Amino acid sequence: MIVVDLEKTPLREINQRLQGLPADTNERLWKLINPHGEHACAVGLTQPIEVHIDGHIGYYCAGMNQNAKVVIHGQCGVGVAENMMSGEVVVRGTASSAAGATGQGGLLVIQGDAGTRCGISMKGIDIVVKGSVGAMSGFMAQSGSLVICGDAGANLGDSIYEAKLFVRGKVESLGADCIEKKMMPNHLEKLKRLLERAEIDADASEFRRYGSARKLYNFHVDNLDAY
Amino acid sequence: MCGIVGLFLKNPALKPELGKHVETMLIGMSERGPDSAGIAVYHSEVPEGQSKLTLFNADPHYHWRGLAGALGEALDVETDIDQKGNHARLVAHCPEAPVLAWLHANHPEIRIMGYGRLMEVYKDMGLPAEVASRYGLAFMEGSHAIGHTRMATESAVTTEHSHPFTPAADMCLVHNGSLSNHNNLRKWLRRHGQEFETDNDSEVAARYFAYRLSEGASLQEAMEAGLADLDGFFTFTMGTKDGFAVLRDAIACKPAVLAENDDWVAMASEFRSLAYLPNIEKAKIWEPAPATVYTWSLH
Repeated sequence: MIVVDLEKTPLREINQRLQGLPADTNERLWKLINPHGEHACAVGLTQPIEVHIDGHIGYYCAGMNQNAKVVIHGQCGVGVAENMMSGEVVVRGTASSAAGATGQGGLLVIQGDAGTRCGISMKGIDIVVKGSVGAMSGFMAQSGSLVICGDAGANLGDSIYEAKLFVRGKVESLGADCIEKKMMPNHLEKLKRLLERAEIDADASEFRRYGSARKLYNFHVDNLDAY
Repeated sequence: MCGIVGLFLKNPALKPELGKHVETMLIGMSERGPDSAGIAVYHSEVPEGQSKLTLFNADPHYHWRGLAGALGEALDVETDIDQKGNHARLVAHCPEAPVLAWLHANHPEIRIMGYGRLMEVYKDMGLPAEVASRYGLAFMEGSHAIGHTRMATESAVTTEHSHPFTPAADMCLVHNGSLSNHNNLRKWLRRHGQEFETDNDSEVAARYFAYRLSEGASLQEAMEAGLADLDGFFTFTMGTKDGFAVLRDAIACKPAVLAENDDWVAMASEFRSLAYLPNIEKAKIWEPAPATVYTWSLH
């Protein structure tokens, strides 16, 4: 394991080093210590390496990730794993707002709670939250799955497209065009697989599924007065 | 853009270290606010019947001793003045009301940064590290402190528009965001006897809370009323003589992080400012929920 002390090495230097690793690199296991809430840590990784961040971290950690596994042993700021393409990001503590925003693929696991707008505009990423999520989560979520083992805040799935939302706890309220939907065997299978991959021990049958009522997809003539 | 920090000590044994920790927190917000910084520190209370005022004049050679002498003569009280940069801390052996009235009537060139028996307020231009060192923040003991760093994006770098706002004795407010109904609220507050010094929306929020508290509301009640009456974006941190409060609007798009353990409660716009607090590794750290009032009290 290669250990880098962020008190001694500038973040830009370590980010460039991680981003520049060749496909056949042997430097596959990293640990970053003393992160002290730095922003944009371990962003833009492209190789299947594993990076452990030992402490609390700031905004946009592990953003745009491809192939790498990034584990944050602490709390993280706004926009963790934003626009992730593939790979895996694990947050051992709580996450702030907009976790997994616009993510295109890969798996984001948050073992604590997530703040507001978790999975906003997600486009294929799978997000599993062991705790609860804040208001406006899954806002305009396009595809992928958002699994919430705890409760969901107000306006869950507002203006949602085709992402699938699974909630075990209470939902404070559903946003515009978001409705509860029937859990089919294929959804249950998918949910089980996601919980397994996230290493979370939860009974898939206790979850309810939410998704789009598809009423906002097309213009409706009754709404003419609004224009 | 701006940065907010606040530290409230629950364990009195940490009081000698207040300034040191708040300085580190303030410097942590340098990138969110490199143009100017302001701090309100609750420390070294003056005895009952006396008052403490922090005053400002841009002229570094301003004759503060002369001012204190004239005030003492006019009110027939003992005064004590201590210059720090372009600020001065004035202690008068009488309640604050006659001092404020005399200053308003005779010295319009002086700006009153804050008053009470406990709170001292310093706001100045420059990097947070420079401002903190200019006023000796690291050496200030006390129970709690609130700071603000500013990046001027829409108006000039001046001290009068800087936070914290101090609308009442030993009370201060810092605000990240913008209010949309401040004009109406200002009119409403004027009708209820509040006077304004600037056209700033944050001053409206500060005087709104001051008004609620003066009407007998608790800190919790004042903040709850604010949720109903203030429209716009805000993350507020407020200090009173013995209280500390944090409030975010219902959308909560202005950043905030809270951390708490048995010894202290800390608030900052970003975790960077909390990273060096004692025992932060084991503190509870969370993002304050939208439209939720958080308050702490020394009693």
